[in-house]
Amino acid sequence: MSIVSETRGQAPSLSIVLAAPLRLVMGALNAPMSFVQRRFGLGGMGAVFLAPNMLIFGVFVLIPVAINLAYSFTGGMAIFFGERHVVGFEQYRTLFACGDYTQPATCREDAFWQSIHNTIFFVLVQVTVLVLAALGTALVLNREMRSRGFWRAVFFFPVLLSPVVVGLIWKWILQRDGLLNAVLVDYGFDRTLWLAERNWAMFWAIFVSVWAHLGFYALILLAGLQAIPRDLYEAAMMDGTGRLRTFWRITLPLLWPNLLVVITLALIRAVQIFDEAYVLTGGGPGTSTLFITQYIYETGFAHVLRNLGLASAASILMGVVLVGLTLLQLMASNRRNREGNR
Amino acid sequence: MSAVSTFLLRRRGGKGWHWTDVLAYVWLGLGLFLMFGPILWLALSSFKTPANLSEFPPTFLPLDTRMAAVSGYEKPLPLYRVKQDDGSERVLAQVRRVGLTAQLVDPADPQTIIRVPIDKRIPEREVRLATGNYTEPLQQFNFLRYFQNSIFVTVMATIITLIVNSMAAFALSKYEFKGRTAVLGIILATLMVPLSVIVVPLYLVVNELQLFDTLWGVILPTVATPTGVFLLRQYMLTIPDELIDAARMDKASEWQIYWRIVLPLAAPALAVLAIFSIMWRWNDFLWPLIVLSRKEQYTLQVGLNAFSGELNVQWHYVLAMTVISILPVAAIFLFLQRYITSGIANTGLK
Amino acid sequence: MSHLALRQVTKQFGSVKVLHGVDLDVRDGEFVVFVGPSGCGKSTLLRIIAGLEDASSGEIHLDDRQVNDVSAADRGLAMVFQSYALYPHMSVRQNLAFGLENSRMPKTEIEARVMEAARMLLIEPLLNRKPGQLSGGQRQRVAIGRAIVRRPGIFLLDEPLSNLDAELRVVMRAELAALHKRLAATMIYVTHDQTEAMTLADRIVVLRDGRVEQVGTPLELYNKPANRFVAGFIGSPRMNFIDASIARTERGSGLDIGGKHHAAWGLDLPHGSPVTLGVRPHEVDITEVEAGAMALEITLVEQLGAETVLHAKTTLGGAFTLTSPGQGRFLVGDRIGVALPPDLHIFDSEGQAVSRR
Repeated sequence: MSIVSETRGQAPSLSIVLAAPLRLVMGALNAPMSFVQRRFGLGGMGAVFLAPNMLIFGVFVLIPVAINLAYSFTGGMAIFFGERHVVGFEQYRTLFACGDYTQPATCREDAFWQSIHNTIFFVLVQVTVLVLAALGTALVLNREMRSRGFWRAVFFFPVLLSPVVVGLIWKWILQRDGLLNAVLVDYGFDRTLWLAERNWAMFWAIFVSVWAHLGFYALILLAGLQAIPRDLYEAAMMDGTGRLRTFWRITLPLLWPNLLVVITLALIRAVQIFDEAYVLTGGGPGTSTLFITQYIYETGFAHVLRNLGLASAASILMGVVLVGLTLLQLMASNRRNREGNR
Repeated sequence: MSAVSTFLLRRRGGKGWHWTDVLAYVWLGLGLFLMFGPILWLALSSFKTPANLSEFPPTFLPLDTRMAAVSGYEKPLPLYRVKQDDGSERVLAQVRRVGLTAQLVDPADPQTIIRVPIDKRIPEREVRLATGNYTEPLQQFNFLRYFQNSIFVTVMATIITLIVNSMAAFALSKYEFKGRTAVLGIILATLMVPLSVIVVPLYLVVNELQLFDTLWGVILPTVATPTGVFLLRQYMLTIPDELIDAARMDKASEWQIYWRIVLPLAAPALAVLAIFSIMWRWNDFLWPLIVLSRKEQYTLQVGLNAFSGELNVQWHYVLAMTVISILPVAAIFLFLQRYITSGIANTGLK
Repeated sequence: MSHLALRQVTKQFGSVKVLHGVDLDVRDGEFVVFVGPSGCGKSTLLRIIAGLEDASSGEIHLDDRQVNDVSAADRGLAMVFQSYALYPHMSVRQNLAFGLENSRMPKTEIEARVMEAARMLLIEPLLNRKPGQLSGGQRQRVAIGRAIVRRPGIFLLDEPLSNLDAELRVVMRAELAALHKRLAATMIYVTHDQTEAMTLADRIVVLRDGRVEQVGTPLELYNKPANRFVAGFIGSPRMNFIDASIARTERGSGLDIGGKHHAAWGLDLPHGSPVTLGVRPHEVDITEVEAGAMALEITLVEQLGAETVLHAKTTLGGAFTLTSPGQGRFLVGDRIGVALPPDLHIFDSEGQAVSRR
């Protein structure tokens, strides 16, 4: 990782600030940890260092995953496992009970299928737009320009905003008496209730999430662009290669590993879309912007009739998809690292 | 680096604009407008009075009726521009309003009351920041509390994250032991699986541990981040094993090696993780939304959402509090931009 | 000062055996060099001695105490690593003091030892710098200093000069030799460079594929290599090897080199057995083509000034290198003959040196 060379020089200033309390706490642990080392031996220290993290990880991630699996096979309204009855694959059957998968209305859990339809549509459009926009931004930022840092910051800043804030900012702009309508009315158009119309609500859900994440992916791609050796461009110039051709034959192939990482990352994030859309549209109007995560949340928590079993089953299905995508992502970034190290 | 761009930007024949130059500047201009515009609009709006906010079309700058101190009246009076019958305009101070008639006085001649129909007067306005939008929710509502809760959650979660993640990363990068591959596999598999997938059972676990509706219930499930372990481990792999060997030859205990050699050397990665963790925890929404039920326990994000979800949204408060919730993030960004950007660019994490 | 004994030390990584039963004694104050091509197990052996790696079997004795189960920290040895392994976040002073602090030495004593080592290695002005601000040679000194302050029983040096440029390497080599004399310490030094081994060592241990090929003083190895591998590894330019066979005539034993008979007495092998002859490049004399034991065609001439290195091919197509003192007038394509020296190195088909009666 080139982060080593880039940031190692800056480290001292930070470590000096943290040094005094760190020394105190860690130093105090010298004696007990030496005892532990005598007790478990040098070979056992690996497990000792791993223990605190794995304990927390086990309790708050692994056990829940196991419970999730178990719950998806139970039914009833009760919260605690002992009071629930085992129903086998009933929950999954409920989720998949459908006359025609392309018509959510024909399904028993029509909201689930509506949310899947919405999510698939969202993922396809959002990832495409996001990756293209990020690529464009990275290409522009990679040019010679004054104050590139400023421009990078302009595109990147929204990444740091919380989804709630992002949702609120746009809700404010898109409301009936909001800025957008004001501008449109000024130019002689009619007001539109942007978030109350099915297609517009989906449009804005996609637009806002692209707005919020564009800078993140642009940054990864920019790093990739800057890693392309400049002598390749010089060689291309010597060969009299045109700009477009240089882009297609040099930039794009060399950027491909990074692009792959960006695409898979964007996919993983898009499948999980929740916060921004939830704050912005609340899933509405109707179920037109209801996505899977929100379906799980509402089925399990928000409804008066909470159906934990159904929510668990749905989240298991989503988890399977995400683990698959994650493996894809790891393969992509392994490839990036390998090629980056050549 | 810049040589590449020099080349890329070099114009054919030395002069004239290539169409990509134009495109680039259009892109930047549009970017500035789209990316920064909404935030600027939020900031401007947050300083508007409720009356100013409800106007359509909205004013660009926060405007408020000008006030003037008039002798004989305790409080400053709002100024209005009044169109008189003869067509001329006067600026008068309004004393009170009775039905459809307003009673005004000339600030220069406070004794004479002038009665004017309310549609014959226009408020005399000036740019004024409605700072009450900021002070009132902090004083009257729970926002100060939400703020404190968010800070507590963010700081505690980050400290614990750094310690347990770095210990685990040390173990996974510098020790050979049985099950290491299995642990790594589990961590990798859960790298991208979000909390949202396990919210249901997590809720039960937190409930069982008596952590429901407490801030620790928000903190603990988030600290053993696979992402953090992975990030730190990848970095620690770049620390040469010979350094660890040298320290062992130097009679250092394993714990000393951890905190005197490895931690300082992993400082850049720790800094990146610290910044990420602060962002994550400050911005967390779904999990606090589920765990916290009493208003006193709300974090800022949950509080904001609750506030904006009420029947009559008090936008002037919501906007101001939104700005407040952005401030720490903006400050961190301003001071640590290099860390954040290089960290993200190199790790692909957020 | 300590002495060391290894008894049948083996090491296995998974199913790969990297050391096959090494026996070795290192005496007090001796400078022993482990040399061999990469992957021969020399570094692993050093790390086993250090305690950084466990031996799979066998015994390690330090001053007559078995130390197999003693941790690296408690063996009282010090190591200089190939990468120097200086703690990058600590100043030179802290680097030197770290090991002493860990053994809870009084501060004044630490300071005294650090200053002594710094004076000895001429790094006093660098004490407050970080390793990143030092040149390669300076880092090397600090790394050695870190070992010196510990006053170890044995210094373990793992290819310490391999990261330096050629010129500096020669300088540091001389300094290391001087340091060894001055400290009179036991040192074990690992390198793949036979020149370093020859110049530094009291005794050289040649390793190949996890086995000790030969142990001896530099000149013993040079003059009496036990096998073809050692013969080829020690000495530069490399020894030439020529295929030949034993030719017994009524007058006694001799050699058949490419159809030509060459007298050589005292060989016990039966007639016709294939052997390999070893000839060092400077041991041959150039003759007329017909007069020589072998005819060569020159393929490359390297003029070094003081001597001329000739690369040639034999009539059988094999490569042959020879040196001629001074600046000889040779051209590529010239045909020359060479006379072989009387005491040829002769190796049997297994590569073992053939002893003469």
